Amino acid sequence: MPGVQFTILESTCVPLPVENIDTDQIIPARYLTATSREGFGEKLFRDWRYKPDGKPDKEFVLNNPGYKGSVLVAGRNFGCGSSREHAVWALYDYGFRAVISSFFADIFKNNALNNGLLPVVIPPDTLEHLFMLVKKDPSMKIRIDLEHQLLEIPKAGLAVRFDINPYKKECLLKGLDDIDYLLSLKGEIETFEKNKAK
Amino acid sequence: MKPRTLFDKIWDAHVVKSIPGGPDVLYIDMHYIHEVTSPQAFEGLRRRGIKVFRPAKTLATADHNIPTIDQHLPVKDEIARNQIDTLGRNTREFGINFFGMQHEHNGIVHVLGPELGCTRPGMTIVCGDSHTSTHGAFGSIAFGIGTSEVEMVLASQCILQYRPAAMRINISGTLKNSVTAKDLIMFIISKLSSGGATGYFVEYAGEAIESLTMEGRMTVCNMSIEMGARGGLIAPDNTTIGYVREKSAKANRTVTAREIEYWSTLRTDPGAVFDKEITFDAAEISPMITFGTNPGMAMPVNGTIPEPPDGEKEAASYLKSLAYMNFSPGMKLEGHKIDYVFLGSCTNGRIEDFRAFASVIKGRKKADTVTALIVPGSKMVEKQIYAEKLDRVFREAGFEIRQPGCSSCLAMNDDKVPPGKYAVSTSNRNFEGRQGPGSRTILASPLTAAAAAITGRITNPSEIIPTNLT
Ligand code: SF4
Repeated sequence: MPGVQFTILESTCVPLPVENIDTDQIIPARYLTATSREGFGEKLFRDWRYKPDGKPDKEFVLNNPGYKGSVLVAGRNFGCGSSREHAVWALYDYGFRAVISSFFADIFKNNALNNGLLPVVIPPDTLEHLFMLVKKDPSMKIRIDLEHQLLEIPKAGLAVRFDINPYKKECLLKGLDDIDYLLSLKGEIETFEKNKAK
Repeated sequence: MKPRTLFDKIWDAHVVKSIPGGPDVLYIDMHYIHEVTSPQAFEGLRRRGIKVFRPAKTLATADHNIPTIDQHLPVKDEIARNQIDTLGRNTREFGINFFGMQHEHNGIVHVLGPELGCTRPGMTIVCGDSHTSTHGAFGSIAFGIGTSEVEMVLASQCILQYRPAAMRINISGTLKNSVTAKDLIMFIISKLSSGGATGYFVEYAGEAIESLTMEGRMTVCNMSIEMGARGGLIAPDNTTIGYVREKSAKANRTVTAREIEYWSTLRTDPGAVFDKEITFDAAEISPMITFGTNPGMAMPVNGTIPEPPDGEKEAASYLKSLAYMNFSPGMKLEGHKIDYVFLGSCTNGRIEDFRAFASVIKGRKKADTVTALIVPGSKMVEKQIYAEKLDRVFREAGFEIRQPGCSSCLAMNDDKVPPGKYAVSTSNRNFEGRQGPGSRTILASPLTAAAAAITGRITNPSEIIPTNLT
């Protein structure tokens, strides 16, 4: 998705304290048959959201009206497994704009950054603390400030810095697109090819 | 000059430009695509009104959602058919070579690249598929990418990447009997855990690795991603060069003396530093199976399911995983009844895997209670199976050989394992629902899968003496 901008996000959170959530859970393979990027939100966590008989599973957090918001808080190693970008599209299409975890799988993180979904990495004990806070008060708001790389919970007096690579940060802040950049390098790429052939 | 790793040598040779404080612009030699992760990338090109920059460096196949029976007929599933047709249209419009379902070179993307001599040492290779790491077996930098990145490569033959950290895993000594490349990599993943190599690119080295065939090396590199690694690679040697030569000759591709000279420089310099280095003894490794819902949850076939790890959250995730499998800590799985066996996938769908499976089932009969899905990784593998008359061995033992594709590895087609059923599978992922909603996957080598198919139970393959195939 070219040029999605991300600056500051304020929202309540949806907690999903499960570790090693793989992309097959985020979006099962049988829903990967579309040829556009839209509409995957409906299938997000399909097999956790619905029981085999098709009825919503009330136990699952996305079916709990108490938890809403555009920030998903998840256990460590989120997004492992298949490289399918559909997982990110599904999260984005559903309405998520950031995912907080103590650890993300590589390809997922890249895919997220390429689509304006911000992966926020925080230390494991801060993540535990956050799960606890959200559980206590589902209406609690958090604030993610990309420019200053800060995750804040004003109500709890909490502020944590998070890392993001500077290039991706710049792209997100300005809504810049990688492909436009690469296309601007055409001359250099052709020179590289010529030198390599020598 | 400072000693460099194999990885650094290949990477450095492909950097078009380094963005200060940012990623490198990395040139890509070979780009594989398939029907599932490419349509949105082509759509993006169209929206921008641009062409594919180097169409000859991209190769397309349909593999993920094709049926494994009646491939001569139109695909019944309308949505799958639409996706395959879309790839056909896209590749025609943008001038890319496409091995569709009817093509003699059709197959799983990671099986056909190597067998056509397209995957070579020293290359940078990407594909919108996490198991692209397979191609690292040739001493190339190969890794999976997302669809936005597929679009980047189509548009510019380049990708923006940060140099990953370097890890070397040494396997000393020799593997025991009945212990295969699959057991070796499952063992490594069980030691490192499913996220243990995140951020790293792994070089596999040591005696046990060097003595593997190319197909075995592909199995090892294939599953690198299952411990979170960006990819894995193995320095090219005579085994590699011989394999590339043979496959290239068959596919009418030339290998020049200059290439071979270059390939022989592709090894880690003595004294090169890795961010992390680990050594295992091959003699420690036994035939392996998984017992949970990620590939890190593995143990020897005759092992006991370990107790939950420390930490409340970790233990809860672990027990949730076991509950899905209907297993519990302290349980032994040897002798446990199973319902399905799947031989195939980009991990174990090559000819050697079929030979290994056949060596166990020859002269025996499949258990009546087992449904077996036997799926070659490509049309060329299929052809070879028939040429070697392995099909007879399979038939006589009560197995039916399907047509090539990803099949039950991710169950996008009809090859699903029903809810609650146990499948011993030679594929690479045992995630919840991976082989169909509610399916329970136990990953294993082709030998272990064959033993299970014969006994209908989880069985140590070294206890079923393979009948030699001559
Ligand atoms: S066989 Fe399985 S892992 Fe390999 S490419 Fe196909 S779906 Fe992916």
